[in-house]
Amino acid sequence: MQFLQLVISGIAQGCIYGLIALGFVLIYKATETVSFAQGELMMLGAFGGLAGMTMMGLPFWAAAISAIIAMGLFGVLLERIVIRPILGQPAFSIVMLTIGISYVARGLITMIPNIGTETHTLPVPYKDQIWKLGTLVLNVEQMVVIAATAVLCAGLFAMFRYSKLGMAMQASSQNQLAAYYMGIPVKTLNGLVWGLAAAVAAVAGLLLAPITFVHANMGFIGLKAFPAAVVGGFTSLPGAIVGGLVIGIVESLSGFYLPDGFKDTAAYVVVLIMLMVKPNGLFGETLRKKV
Amino acid sequence: MRFIFKTSYAQDINLAKHGGHVFWYSLLGVLLLAAPWLVAEYWLAQMTFILIYAIVGLGLMLLAGFTGQFSLGHAAFLGVGAYTQAVLTNAGLPFPLALVCAAALSATVGVVVGLPALRVKGIYLGMATLSFGFIVEEVLARWEKVTGGNAGIHIKAPNLFGWKIDSGEGFYFLCLVITVAATLGILNLLRSSTGRAFVAIRDSEISAQSMGIHLARYKTLSFALSAALAGVGGALYAHKLQFISPDQFNIIQSIDLLLMVVIGGLGSVHGAFLGAIFLITMPQVISLTKDYLPAVIGQAPGLQAVVYGAVLVAFVLFEPMGLYGRWLKVRAWFQLFPFYRQGMFKRQKSFQKSDRLK
Repeated sequence: MQFLQLVISGIAQGCIYGLIALGFVLIYKATETVSFAQGELMMLGAFGGLAGMTMMGLPFWAAAISAIIAMGLFGVLLERIVIRPILGQPAFSIVMLTIGISYVARGLITMIPNIGTETHTLPVPYKDQIWKLGTLVLNVEQMVVIAATAVLCAGLFAMFRYSKLGMAMQASSQNQLAAYYMGIPVKTLNGLVWGLAAAVAAVAGLLLAPITFVHANMGFIGLKAFPAAVVGGFTSLPGAIVGGLVIGIVESLSGFYLPDGFKDTAAYVVVLIMLMVKPNGLFGETLRKKV
Repeated sequence: MRFIFKTSYAQDINLAKHGGHVFWYSLLGVLLLAAPWLVAEYWLAQMTFILIYAIVGLGLMLLAGFTGQFSLGHAAFLGVGAYTQAVLTNAGLPFPLALVCAAALSATVGVVVGLPALRVKGIYLGMATLSFGFIVEEVLARWEKVTGGNAGIHIKAPNLFGWKIDSGEGFYFLCLVITVAATLGILNLLRSSTGRAFVAIRDSEISAQSMGIHLARYKTLSFALSAALAGVGGALYAHKLQFISPDQFNIIQSIDLLLMVVIGGLGSVHGAFLGAIFLITMPQVISLTKDYLPAVIGQAPGLQAVVYGAVLVAFVLFEPMGLYGRWLKVRAWFQLFPFYRQGMFKRQKSFQKSDRLK
């Protein structure tokens, strides 16, 4: 029973990692860049939800939806202003750029007087409720995380599979030049992908907020979503979620069964083993460079 | 405009290309030697930090700027060096021996990290080094018998075979000597065939390989040298602060180190020094200007992060060659006056090439 309990809380945590990793993978697939700012986008999303609920007095659902939409727009804007001018430069400069963005985002939030340095609780309607299922105690917050992740994944799957936009995104992620020749507006799509990634990050932030707290450094969890993306193979959307679940469950189990200190490093140990055994991840594509 | 009349092939790889180099670097040397009598004690301590960070920067520059392997966990090597030095010095080993041990242990760890680097590239390598950095930080915090855990560890003043260096000036000279030695070592390495091999690997692994460069050997060597320099820097850092704890060697430190070489200018030895100067003086400049800003901005705790981030974004967007690249432009402007053209250093637009196929 205890084992099951640990696995469930691991799955909930893993869903958060998976959602952030989903953002990494979306951006990487579409634009071949790695965004280190994903964790900070999540943090901004959580703060957006908080601002909507406490300052404007919106109900939770309205605040959540407006925060997600706002973050989506922010992502599009970010791509247009800072990312697009240096596309085509070495991948590393974009990594540094996103690190810079994450510094600025974290610093700006901290600079807001009386709000930035505090930790806040997001007053969600399902706070601190539990369901009892036999001897199993289910935390509603964790169930909401799992359910929302499942719904979001289904939505994304449907979008990529059936909608014209999703198909165009897939095409441009496979071969930008060919997609461009087919009349797909690749640049606009890149912007939309950044928006989508930011919106997914905002969802992750809003889901995580009731479990932990809302504070300026919550974006550091993004560094744990990285292993999730790598374990799943950096180029696979379902891989990101599976990777997140793997990392979440391993972390939860090692926190209980192994001595102190393994909980925080479990994710990194897993990713190092993964890189040594199967560098392309569970679902990654193996490609060879042609000269 | 200066024209160098070359009469022998050796002139191509001379360290000092012309009389101007000799003059200016000698002047810099004299100024650095005279610094303890010229500047106040506080600023001398800052200069010592610049020298220490420059040593670490040289190592990271060799790895990132010249071999093209990016490490997101370089603070781990710094930590290994610092803790080795602390433990050995406290056990009574003289400074030079402890320093050699710190460098050697860091280099060994560097080789271990370098091994996965032979299989993975780009972002995966960043991921591997990042994971490694987290694990080392956790080990430093948990191995309490040796490292003192999160409570940290104090370190005695360096002991140079019976001669105790406990003054700020003495330690400054010690750092200066080690920095100069490291710089000359790197410069010499870069003009040797090994250094050329590093640059070849950075520019294209496949072409380097097809010219007979043993990728595995040179990549591992680069990791080892880089880690050794970081270890030396870490050892000096430990002596300078006299107290170290695991949280000084976390991911933020790693990113700061990377920020240092990127802002300094990737692919130039000058860049390591310019980056170190930037990294150390920036907080000072911010705290000096704080009083002139409105209290809401000036006293906010996040100001430093915002400035760092904004400067980093600005450099990547507008000056990818870093501070050294900016200096090259200024120098070209003066040398060519009045014939400098706008587009001389224009970045070449390149099509987006798929990194996945590397």
